[in-house]
Amino acid sequence: MSVFVDASTRVLVLGITGHQGTIHTRGMKAFGTQVVAGTSMRKGVPEVEGVPVFESVEDAVKATHPNTACLFVPAPFAKDALFEVADAGIPLAVIITEHIPFHDMLDMLYYASAKGTRILGPNCPGIATPGAAKVGILPNVIFKPGNVGVVSRSGTLTYEIVNNLTENGFGETTCIGLGGDPVPGTTFIDALAGFQKDPETHAIVMVGEIGGVAEEEAAEYIGKHVTKPVVSYVAGQSAPPGKRMGHAGAIITRGKGTAESKVQALSKAGVRVAKFPYEIPGLVRQALKA
Amino acid sequence: MVKLLEWQGKEVFRNYGIPLPKGAVVHSGEEAAKALGTQVPLPCVVKAQVRVGGRGKGGALRFANTAEEAQKAVGELIGSKFKDETVKEVLVEEKRPIERELYISLTLDRSKRLPILMFSAEGGVEIENVPDEKIHKLWVHPYAGILDYQKRQVAKLLGLTDAPAKEVGVLMETLWKIFQGEDAELVEINPLVLSAGHLLALDSKVTIEDDSIFRHPQYDHLQGDMTPLEEKAHEKGIAFVEMGGDVGVIANGAGLTMATLDVLLENGGKPGVFLDLGGTDDPKKVAEAFLLMSEAHPKVVFINIFGGVTRCDTVASGLVSEIKQNPPPFGIVTRIRGHNETEGKAILKEAGIGSFSDLAEAVRQVVSMEGQ
Repeated sequence: MSVFVDASTRVLVLGITGHQGTIHTRGMKAFGTQVVAGTSMRKGVPEVEGVPVFESVEDAVKATHPNTACLFVPAPFAKDALFEVADAGIPLAVIITEHIPFHDMLDMLYYASAKGTRILGPNCPGIATPGAAKVGILPNVIFKPGNVGVVSRSGTLTYEIVNNLTENGFGETTCIGLGGDPVPGTTFIDALAGFQKDPETHAIVMVGEIGGVAEEEAAEYIGKHVTKPVVSYVAGQSAPPGKRMGHAGAIITRGKGTAESKVQALSKAGVRVAKFPYEIPGLVRQALKA
Repeated sequence: MVKLLEWQGKEVFRNYGIPLPKGAVVHSGEEAAKALGTQVPLPCVVKAQVRVGGRGKGGALRFANTAEEAQKAVGELIGSKFKDETVKEVLVEEKRPIERELYISLTLDRSKRLPILMFSAEGGVEIENVPDEKIHKLWVHPYAGILDYQKRQVAKLLGLTDAPAKEVGVLMETLWKIFQGEDAELVEINPLVLSAGHLLALDSKVTIEDDSIFRHPQYDHLQGDMTPLEEKAHEKGIAFVEMGGDVGVIANGAGLTMATLDVLLENGGKPGVFLDLGGTDDPKKVAEAFLLMSEAHPKVVFINIFGGVTRCDTVASGLVSEIKQNPPPFGIVTRIRGHNETEGKAILKEAGIGSFSDLAEAVRQVVSMEGQ
């Protein structure tokens, strides 16, 4: 079992002829993912990495029946691309693209939800279920099948944490990158609900960062609905207020969104909070023994 | 984020038809005198154009009954410093009678993932100082916009009847048009005043989202909340934040960079610069990062790279060739982890660059170099 993606995942890559689209199509295939189709604004490209390329999402859906879309489309065109995906009835859209204006994302979010499409991202590394499928840009080499579910707002920090878990003998059910934007399509709560329901997930690692109140809300949800042990880390204790720390969503505004507030809320909900990212495997071990 | 000055925000308001006092932007006493003779009636308000708040209490707002008084006030304000910000422009505006001061704003509620309209009958002070129960909130769905019942609700809660009740409904629509049309993060009027029985915007606070500048080139050259060096990095597409201490951190990925600074702080180091390298397969980016770093004058720079998609040995070779070509003016400690880590570390060691696997160990080395 897993969350959101599994062996039945069939991926359509939007923007497959671009540099990133091509590299990561190769990466997804190497992971064992069924990449069934791609689309491109460029005309007359028959295939990329052995994957057939279509001019529209509708054509790709008719011919290859994907159930997941992975978007590498540049920010100014991402909204239109997502509308096309939602209109074609694809239930999951993973948006890797960074710098999508939040006004566009609001339109995308409510349009997609009306059409029954879940968005993961934007500005996210994607999602991976080891041994089954990967949608996005997460590195293949760090994963191993196992019983730890990982959900995070960051990219590289997550790779480092997953790598640490794997090196310490653990493996992952699914690793979900929510992305660093202020309006995420999928939230901690969605991911936590998925892991709570997934029988193979025995422990959950949640990686947060400053900005917004998503961690505080997740803490409240954990207190009420999550019976599995949760280990967490929150990045950005040293971040000065009013400064965007790389991610559009990582900013302390009007006193809200500090690491301190998040750590406090999570601890109160019974979450084991790591002071340093490298403490996570030890805390997971403790949690699984308890 | 692009933070507009009051007069720039008011230009936006004017274009969308929000009622404003008559005013003119001036750069000298002479310009003020000229404006007062033609565009702006007396008595007037002389307002320093700075992005920081608290102008009223801080003496950056002056009142003048005569052109001479106004000219003098403008002369004093131009070139003066207000909370570290130099006053380059002054807004001279007619002084209007004030019956009531209200507050209204539109911004994003990240928690509800919806735009939020906030309003209060207690305007005129910084909204942070208004008690929560006096601030009313309603949420705007992007596909529905401002609803008629919401207009009635706002008028009622603000105690507006007759003409101003109608005006506030129109104003809500207009704020919504600005919020969406200009890709604003915040549109705020504080105070929104009742003057001679009509609503009038006495101040403006408008910030535009960075990521939307591709469709609003008119805001491209305007300054945000960044230091000059941060601006420079921003133009090169590098996430860079100055934090005051003397250790610079270069890492790949925002989360990893923040986490590295946290570990540094916990170990007694003083975080000086946050520099997110993003994808590291481009050696030019490393060169640019070093150049920016040297302008921030850190004592030590800690490079923390996780090789995932990019291999550690590729990153290490890139670093070594850059350091050899242009020896940077700061000490360097590196930590690289991930794919082909052993090979990467060997490359760094051979070039005489300190390299660690363990983050805590690396940070201790950084802190000891910082103390030297």
